[in-house]
Formats: sequence, C-alpha cells, structure tokens
Amino acid sequence: MTLSAPSAEQLAATETPFQQVWRTFRKDRLAMAGLYVLALLIVLALLGKLLTEWWVLLDPTIVRLPDKLRPPFSVPSPALLPAQVPPWGIYPFGTDELGRNVFARMLQGSFVSLSVGFVAVSISLSIGVTLGGLAGFYGQRKWGPFSIDALIMRFTDVVLCFPTFFLILTVVALLPPSIYNIMAVIGATSWMGTARFVRAEFLSLRERDFVTAAHALGLPEWRIIFRHMLPNALSPVLVSASIDVAYAILTESALSFLGFGVRPPFATWGNILADGRTFIFDAPWLFAIPGTAILVVVLAFNLVGEGLRDAMNPKLRKRAS
Amino acid sequence: MWRFLARTLWQRLLLLVFISIISHAVVHLAPGEPTDVDPMNPMMKAEDIAHIRQAFHLNDPIYLQYIDWLRDLFSGNLKSFQNGLPVLPQIWERFLNSLPLFACTTLVVWTLSFPTGIHAAVRRGSTYDRATTFIAYALISTPGFFLSYLVVLGAVQIFHLPVIGLRTFGAEGATPFVRSMDRLWHLVIPSLMSALTGIAILSRYVRSQMLEVIDQDYIRTARAKGLDEDTVIYGHALRNALLPFVTMFGLLLPGMISGSVIFEQIFAWPGLGQLGYNAISQRDFPMILTLNFIAAALTLVGILISDILYAVVDPRIRLQ
Amino acid sequence: MSGGLEVLLEVRDLRVEFQTDAGPVLAVRGVDLEVLAGETVALVGESGCGKSVTALSVMRLLTGRIAAGEIRFCGRDLATLPEVELRRIRGGQIGMIFQEPMTSLNPVFRVGQQIEEVLALHQNLKPAAARAQALELLQRVGIPSPATRIDQYPHELSGGMKQRVMIAIAIACRPKLLIADEPTTALDVTIQAQIMALLQSLQQELGMAVLLITHDLGVVAHAAQRVNVMYAGKIVEHGSVRDIFKRPAHPYTQALLGALPHPLAPARRLEAIPGRVPAASMLPAGCAFCARCRHAFAPCSTEQPPLLDVAPSHVAACWLHDKKRASSAG
Repeated sequence: MTLSAPSAEQLAATETPFQQVWRTFRKDRLAMAGLYVLALLIVLALLGKLLTEWWVLLDPTIVRLPDKLRPPFSVPSPALLPAQVPPWGIYPFGTDELGRNVFARMLQGSFVSLSVGFVAVSISLSIGVTLGGLAGFYGQRKWGPFSIDALIMRFTDVVLCFPTFFLILTVVALLPPSIYNIMAVIGATSWMGTARFVRAEFLSLRERDFVTAAHALGLPEWRIIFRHMLPNALSPVLVSASIDVAYAILTESALSFLGFGVRPPFATWGNILADGRTFIFDAPWLFAIPGTAILVVVLAFNLVGEGLRDAMNPKLRKRAS
Repeated sequence: MWRFLARTLWQRLLLLVFISIISHAVVHLAPGEPTDVDPMNPMMKAEDIAHIRQAFHLNDPIYLQYIDWLRDLFSGNLKSFQNGLPVLPQIWERFLNSLPLFACTTLVVWTLSFPTGIHAAVRRGSTYDRATTFIAYALISTPGFFLSYLVVLGAVQIFHLPVIGLRTFGAEGATPFVRSMDRLWHLVIPSLMSALTGIAILSRYVRSQMLEVIDQDYIRTARAKGLDEDTVIYGHALRNALLPFVTMFGLLLPGMISGSVIFEQIFAWPGLGQLGYNAISQRDFPMILTLNFIAAALTLVGILISDILYAVVDPRIRLQ
Repeated sequence: MSGGLEVLLEVRDLRVEFQTDAGPVLAVRGVDLEVLAGETVALVGESGCGKSVTALSVMRLLTGRIAAGEIRFCGRDLATLPEVELRRIRGGQIGMIFQEPMTSLNPVFRVGQQIEEVLALHQNLKPAAARAQALELLQRVGIPSPATRIDQYPHELSGGMKQRVMIAIAIACRPKLLIADEPTTALDVTIQAQIMALLQSLQQELGMAVLLITHDLGVVAHAAQRVNVMYAGKIVEHGSVRDIFKRPAHPYTQALLGALPHPLAPARRLEAIPGRVPAASMLPAGCAFCARCRHAFAPCSTEQPPLLDVAPSHVAACWLHDKKRASSAG
C-alpha cells in the first residue's frame, strides 16, 4: 500500500505551532479569564504609575488627618483643602490610618508589585536558561574530573535543599533593604526549576535529527543553540515564567508581612497588607483589599501558566474525549 | 539495589558537604570590615560587624574559618548573640516543638490529596473535577498568612476558641488525658492551614499522574481481562502512578520549614520557624546560619529516605 | 476447519463516533462482520481505516461511543450488555491481544502474577493451582525456562516474549474468540513468523475463532480463511482468501494487491494509489474511494454502493458490480 504525493488542494493550509497553541489555549475558559485579568492589570499598573506620579489629586502620599480610616466609597470631609480632595469626590477603596487614598496606594503598588515579579523572574529565567542550556548541551564535556552536567546539576541540587524563603530572609537580613536587593534575591533563589526543564529539553533536542542535520551542514554551535534549539525548548520556560511571577509576588508580600520587605516610599501590595493588619477590626478593608488583589492577580498568573502548559502539551492535545 | 543505594548515599554526603560550605559562605555577604558599614543599612552597625568577625573568626584565612565554624558548632562553642547560649541545643528543643506540626501537616496533605486527585482523574471533566481544579488554583494563589490570619482572628475573637500556642493557658493542672487532648486540639488548625497549599499542589500532581497512567496500554489490557473498574484504578493504575510520589516525599520538607516561619508567627507556635524569625529580627547570625544549614541537612535526610523508598518500590531498580 | 459452524460473532451496522475539536466524527460507518466458530477472519486495511476501532469496540474498550449497531456474541448484544456481564465475557470468553507488546504489560507486576490474575478472576483458581496453570501456559506459548520467567518483570523480557505472555494471558481461560489487533506489527520479521505460527497452532488446539486485524496482506494470505477489506470506516469487500487474492472485485483491493512486490515476477513498477485517504470529517457523498479510483463513473460520486454480490460468498461495495448501472457506463 503506497500513496503518492497529495495534490495541492488536498494539503489544507497548516498553522504555525504558535497558532496551534493559541487555538488550544483559547478554549480554556479559566485560562482566558486569567489572561484578561493580566491584561487589565498591566494597563492599570502602567496607568497607575503615570497617574499617581503626575496627577496631583491621585498622589498616594497625601496625608489627610481629618479623613482617617474612612470606608470604601465614602465622601471626603468638608474640612479638606482643595488640593487634598480626591478625584471624583470619592474614596473608592477608603483611606488608611493616615488618611491616604487607598485606591491611589493600590495603583502605585500594582506597578511596584508587578515590576518586582517581572524583574525577579527575568533574573531567575536568565540564570535557569543559561545553566540548564549549558548542562544540556555541553553536559558531557569535562572540567577537571567532573562533567559540566554533573557540576551544574549537583549545584542545583544543593540550592534546592535550602528552604527558599528562609534563605531569602537570611540574605535580606544581611543586605541593605532595597527593592533591587529583594528582586535580585528572589530571582537568585527560584531558577532551579527552569534550569531542570531547560536541561531536560536540551538533552532530548540534542538527539533529534534536525540538530544532527544542522551540525552536518557545518553551522556554528552558537547558531544551533540559539536559532534552532532554543525556540523549541521555550515552552516549559514560558509556563515556568508565568508561574514564577505568581510566586515572586506572593513571596514579596510574605516578606512585607513579616516586616522585611520593600521600604517606604515604595508601596507594594504586600506593604499595604502588612500595614492593614493592625486595623483589621476598625478598618477591615485595609487588610481585605490588598489581600484579595494579591489573590486575584496570583491566581490569574497561575491560570495562564497552567493554560499554557495544557495548550503546549502534545499528549493532551491529541486526546479524543 | 545495594549498589544503587551506596552510590546514592555517597552522592548525598557530598551534597551535605557543599551545603555546609554554602551555609558558611553566606556570612560573607555581610560587609567585611567595620569601616565598610553602609550608613543606609539599619540592620548592620559597626559593633555588629565586630561581633560577627569575632564569632566567625573572620580574621583567619578562609579554609580555617570553615573548620572553625564546624568545630564551634558541634562542640557547643557557637553561641547565639541573643542569649549567649550554645546554638545547637536551642535548635534541637525548637525542632521537637515543630516536629508534631510537620508530621501532622504531612499526614493531612498526603491523606487528603490522593483521594481528591484520583477522584478528579477518574471523573475527568466532570463538575467535581472542574470545581476541585479551581479550588486548588485558588488555594495555591492565596497568601497563606492572609487566610490563616483571618481564620485565627475569626476563631479567637468571634468564636472565642483557643487556637494559638502549644496549649491553653492554665491547662497545666488538668489530667494527662485532658492535657494531651488539648495539645492535639492546638495542633489541628495550624497544621490544617499549613497543609492547604500542599494539598492543592499535591492533588493536582496526583491527578495528572493518574491521567497519564490511565491512558497507558496496560490499563487497556487490564480491562480486557475483565477486571472491575476499582481493581483497574486502584490495583493497576495507582501502583504505577505512585512511583514518582515516593521521590517527592523528601522535597516537601523545605516548603514546610519555609512556611513555618510565617505560620508559627501567626499561631504563636514556639518552633523552628519562630526561632528563625526572631534570629533574623535580632540579627543573631550564628543562629541564622546554623538554622539554614540544619534545615538543608534535614531536607537531605528526607531526600535520602525518598531514594531508599524508591529503590524498594520500583522493580526496575530493585533488580539491578 | 470444523463443519456445522455456529455464528460466534455477528456485527451488524456498527457505527462508532469520536468527539474531536471539529465536532463528533464517525470512525466506523456501518460495518457488518461475521466470525464463525473455529475460523480465522481477517480485517485488513491501511492505518486509519477504522479496523482497530472496530476490534476494540467488540469488547467496548474504546474511548469513543458506539453510536449504533449490534455486536452479537453467542446471541447476546455486547453493545448494550450491562458492564457487569460484559466483564465476565472479557478475558473469559473473548481474549484480546494488542499491537504494542512493549507497553501492554503492567511494569510493576511479575509476569506470572499477570497471568494468574485472569485465571483467578474467571476460573476461581486458588493461588497454587493458578501458578501451575500459568507455568503450563508459558510453556505452551513457547517461552524458554518458564520457571524462571514466571517471576520476572516485563522489562526483563524481549518484545517477542512479551507478546507471547500477552497471548498466554488472552488464551488462559480458553476463550471461544481471540481478537488479535495487529499482533505482529511491532515485532521483527523473524519473530512475526513465529508468533503467527504459534497463533495458528493454538487455534487448532483450542478450537477457537480468531479475528485478525492487520495491514499486512502477507500474513492474511497464510493465516486467514475469510477476509474483510476495510476503507474509510466501511467494509468494501468480503470473501474467502482465494477469492480476494485471485479475483479481487473492488478497485481498492485490486490496487492494494497491485502494490505488493511479487517475488517471482520480473521487476516492475509498483503501482501506487494516487491521492490519500480522506479525513473522517471530510468524507464525500458517494463512494469514499471515488476520487482515487481509476474506474470511477457517474453514480460513484453521488451514491454510496452497498455490498453487492460478485460470486457466492463474495461481495464488494462497488457500482461496477451492479449490472444495471455498470452497463450504462460502457
């Protein structure tokens, strides 16, 4: 039984792998919901940064002593100076113990929390992809009596043994408490998963025929790695990225809750949550609002990450239910 | 199998050495000389540096420092900055307090995750599956302290239930039975809250493993033999799906120790986590570094147990 | 072959449906099959024609849904039988072996355990008796040193040996029917011949019927008495082995045979069939083979031909054999 080449019209237009993944992703309603939330969040964060810095009325640092601990949707008191009146004549999220507009603080915090997440994950992805790629591709080469693969993987195992949060706390205690240190530390302690995934992908890709073909054509190694292998290894990295940002935001809020987080003037949602802890009976919104916001955003990142993982998993895609 | 175990043991011991080296190296993150102190850093003052230099023999060459540290640690000379007492006995005492919490949390996580995950896998796509999936994601995404804080407040202020601490105040005079029931009661809520994230993650993993196994050809063979569905799922599929979980056993520990820092604060539980938190607030460096080392070493023990269990359970390794 | 044959398995108008991204799709579109006691019936076709789906649906081992049709085994309709009773038939009266021996055995159970399991289930044997029986079975399927092998794990056996174990499991309870889904496809050629010989000798000894699913016409020629040719979810030709090989009536069957290299014929061009099998979701209104058939004429593209008589016990689903329409074609 043999077949000859299909005619032109029999070959339906095929889609790129990206389109295939997107089509499968779109069917997952939870994942799409997460994506919408994230899009909204990014818009809010960028807007927030601009608005809170340039629009005087939305300045989160304005202290309004006559308006302490006002509930959400309350109206400002007449005792305020014109410069202190919030926009639209209302406090959408209420005020805190210093009379600061919680809505403005949350807007400002959104940008900071997101950037902590993104920067930390960029760091961890860079470290993870580099180490994983090296271990996967050059693994058999030796450096002294040990193979590169063994060295990198043992190092990864060692770091994995340390309770991450504890390690972060330790470093934060030793170093000056700047936001950049915190981003760096979170990034430097969460690369291990990515490294393992990338190594696994590279190990399997290395054996694939297209890599052998590339070698046979005389392509230089760096080109093979970057143009041919890396795009194929990207799928677990993307999934990791989304979930790691979620983890970074959670970690930052935990650090703030314990009092070791980012210092003023930066407001992060973790900060606002920690501050709100004291007033939980007098002003429960100060605790509930940032907590819920963190929950929603982290959930969105997790859903998108899982949706990506399901969409990129060939085994799940072929299933006929 | 024995060769596999011997090789594993040797590798893990090597890891232990590296862990100790890294633990020790962390101290070098602090500024080197009192004159290097950054005035912007409220955590580190000149006298702190001098204190550190003395405790860790930072004036000696680096390899000697490492040996000094180990020697001091195990001979009891490494003393806490907070109370001048040796570090190890304090850690041991706090560890004994944390141990019931870890054990209870682990128990809760493992007994609740498996039925949930298996059920979700067998009824893939059903309302149960979708509901548990969503709840799992929500639990993973909730800041643990957020939920726990609310629960504690609710229980204490609204329901007037004693949930914090190891035991209720004034319970010392009661009968042993009442006292032990009291201890157990105080264990329930903290371990339940600590277990929530673990359950969410593990049950998802159980589900995905079961799904993968159920798709396998040998499950079809089992059905073709005429076996009933329960035997197929619990006898044939589960046995195969369990294999990777044996390895996860050891890796749960770092998560629990990390989590204990927060949960022990909220529940006023005098365990390792609280010890660590206080040590970090007080910049008690001998305590901090030793805790990191001990925590990592404990994880290693857990991993070793996993290795042994895996070698016993997987026939492909047992017969090498 | 025994005379006075009873009809063991009778499949009538079987339709099997799968859920895909593009909606529900029929993989099997009205298949009629018959297996008489003691005979070997082959179901041939290329990958994707629906033959494995047909085989799996006999014992309802599918993920798809049986949309319509009857599957009568010894008088009972398996398609609607309650699960509890179906399980008694599975393994007990109908045995099945699959295409991939490498993955069809459970890796964490010993070989002996897996055979004893089916014996304990259907024949209620005590452990000692089951073990003795398992040993005998391993011997019968040609596994050397059965006493050692019985306690080994599947990963310690080669592919051919694993398939023999599968056969042992399938015939352990002396089933009336053995369904063999591509039993030799995943094996080396030399092992293939051994396994087919084993199946034939077992069949004679146990007097069981075999439904042989394969795409290998060579295997069919040696092993089967009657052949069904399947294409795009339907049976397109049915007849005895002789009829099919000597006087193939359907253009598809003819093309398949024409594509086989003949060891004794002078070197000639192998005839390829132009085009490809249409996707199950995009089937034409008329005969599914129409677009690739060199004999296609007017009715072929609009009406699906039923199975028409070509000779006694030989039918083909082709308008060429409808005297009235064929004559108008010229």
